Amino acid sequence: MLIELKDIIKNYDNGGVITKVLRGVSLSVDEGEFVAIMGPSGSGKSTLMHTIGFLDKQTSGTYLFDGEDTSSFNDDELARIRNDRIGFVFQSFNLLPRTSVLDNVILPLLYNSSKASQEARAKKALESVGLGERIHFMSNQISGGQKQRVAIARALVCDPKVIFADEPTGNLDSKSGATVMNILERLNKEGRTIILVTHDKGVALHANRIVTISDGEIVSDVLIPEEDRIHSKEIKEEE
Amino acid sequence: MNNFVKEIKTTIKDLLSRKGRSFLTILGIIIGVAGVIIIISLGSGAQSLVLGQITKLGSNMVGVLPGKSNENGPPTAVFGVQVKTLTLTDVMAIKDKSKVPNATDVATFVSGNVTIIAGRESVDTSFTATDGSYVRVQNVEIDKGTFFSDEEGRSGANVIVLGYDVATGLFPNGNEIGQIVKIKIPNANSSRGEVSSSIPLRVIGVQKKMGTVAFQNQDDQVFIPFSVGQRQILGIDYVQFIRIKIDDAINVKPAMGDIERVLREQHRIKNPENDDFSVRDLADAIKILTSITDTLRIFLGLMAGISLIVGGIGIMNIMLVTVSERTREIGLRKAIGATRRNIRNQFLLESIVLTFTGGVLGILLGILISYLIAIGARFAGYDWVFVISPMAIILAATVSVATGIVFGLYPALKAAKLDPIVALRYE
Repeated sequence: MLIELKDIIKNYDNGGVITKVLRGVSLSVDEGEFVAIMGPSGSGKSTLMHTIGFLDKQTSGTYLFDGEDTSSFNDDELARIRNDRIGFVFQSFNLLPRTSVLDNVILPLLYNSSKASQEARAKKALESVGLGERIHFMSNQISGGQKQRVAIARALVCDPKVIFADEPTGNLDSKSGATVMNILERLNKEGRTIILVTHDKGVALHANRIVTISDGEIVSDVLIPEEDRIHSKEIKEEE
Repeated sequence: MNNFVKEIKTTIKDLLSRKGRSFLTILGIIIGVAGVIIIISLGSGAQSLVLGQITKLGSNMVGVLPGKSNENGPPTAVFGVQVKTLTLTDVMAIKDKSKVPNATDVATFVSGNVTIIAGRESVDTSFTATDGSYVRVQNVEIDKGTFFSDEEGRSGANVIVLGYDVATGLFPNGNEIGQIVKIKIPNANSSRGEVSSSIPLRVIGVQKKMGTVAFQNQDDQVFIPFSVGQRQILGIDYVQFIRIKIDDAINVKPAMGDIERVLREQHRIKNPENDDFSVRDLADAIKILTSITDTLRIFLGLMAGISLIVGGIGIMNIMLVTVSERTREIGLRKAIGATRRNIRNQFLLESIVLTFTGGVLGILLGILISYLIAIGARFAGYDWVFVISPMAIILAATVSVATGIVFGLYPALKAAKLDPIVALRYE
């Protein structure tokens, strides 16, 4: 089991007012799964993803990642996990402005102890998302779809086990959204675990399992039969 | 190491992408560092200038001033207080070879301000009334004619030597030698209601153009025989200053002891505590001057230091703004694996690169301005030495980097502490 959550509770303390965001979530994700987390806004799905992705720490409950209990990990250990075991793709891309595509993808490698050539690894990651030709463009000179593909390359560059995608198509038109989903599917087929947060059923149906969360609790957890899954094709953007 | 070089490059690229703001950020540091460099350079320049002028007089000179003074402080006469304890009888006693065997020349001085008239021209200037030995105790060069002789000085002959500016003011066409000028005596016989009288004097010499020495324009003065100045112009019977030339520098200290003994005898003083005069040699003068310029330098250095602190606060302000502007970037960096230390170092590096650049620019600006001042001073006739000590440069560079660390630390720690999730959600 890659990810094992047991009774995860997350409370936010806003100046004495305690908001319960996760009320005892238990969830297991196996290596190679493609899981979509769904739910209305405010349901706690983002908090759940941030907790699984070590961006946030649970108030109580245990979290085993790759068999290790992570509750006692300190800041530096969490940073290391985020760096080489996990890749993030955000709705708003979060690329560094005034910085080239290549340098954006190299960024995680700057915090990595690996000695392998940073540039070669970044180029390889960019080729795998079909952007091998645009490495010297500035991050603000490319389209939204391309930005999200750069973000995926950045998530891939340290060769992580899991990729977390938070509404990856939320800011994209349908064509570039389809391309992004196509890439995520391909990464999953290559064996990478994908955890996707979305409120869009059409996006969620790319996964092979949909976990629905409401008011901080999992209300359904279903496997999607292959015939019900949606598969996106890569759509070439007009250059 | 490779990563560190890369980080510095990224930081520089980043700062260059907002040149205007980066420049304004370090302006305070530039000014502060330039200030430190200029003050240190000017201080050394002025000090060596004044000391050079003093030593040019010769290290075998002793001065006697009326009034007692503290060990190292200036005598009260320096502040314009008239003390009347020195007289010509004292001068005669010092001249007595059996009492002060090492004294080769003794010059007596009084000075004041007068108006000199020649035909329709008139000039307000200062006069020095002294005797013929003046040329042997003071560096004086005569352009035309001569300085008055010992005999002329002693007898109070009606002669005058003009400074260069006074000569050109009174005689625009030259031909000063042999002309008669009149010195107006201020307030003379005013009790009788008469118009102030004047003394006619014959010009016998014109001093060479000398420029400004020790902050005084040496060309705007005249020299007259002692008794003319003392009795006829000032109407006093005391002496303001005595300068004595000693035969050899080694004998200066014993001669000072002789002079003190003579004057105590003259003034019937038993206890040196009650001295009503001060005997000083150039070593004393240099000591006093150095202590004055050192104090001044420390004071000005502190001012420059304060401007560095203000500059540092400016850096801190801008770094805080930068941190809050880049909150999302910090969140992202943390999400992809940056540790607190990585983030802290990134922002610390940025403020150090800023202040170091400011330091380098400030050093260059400071050197440039000091150099221009040196050129200007030389143009104005000073024998100015352009000094930039490597210590000053090392100090300024170190201080500017230290400013970057000190004032960059708080914003950097603030950035490092940001919670990745809060930072990513930040709008």
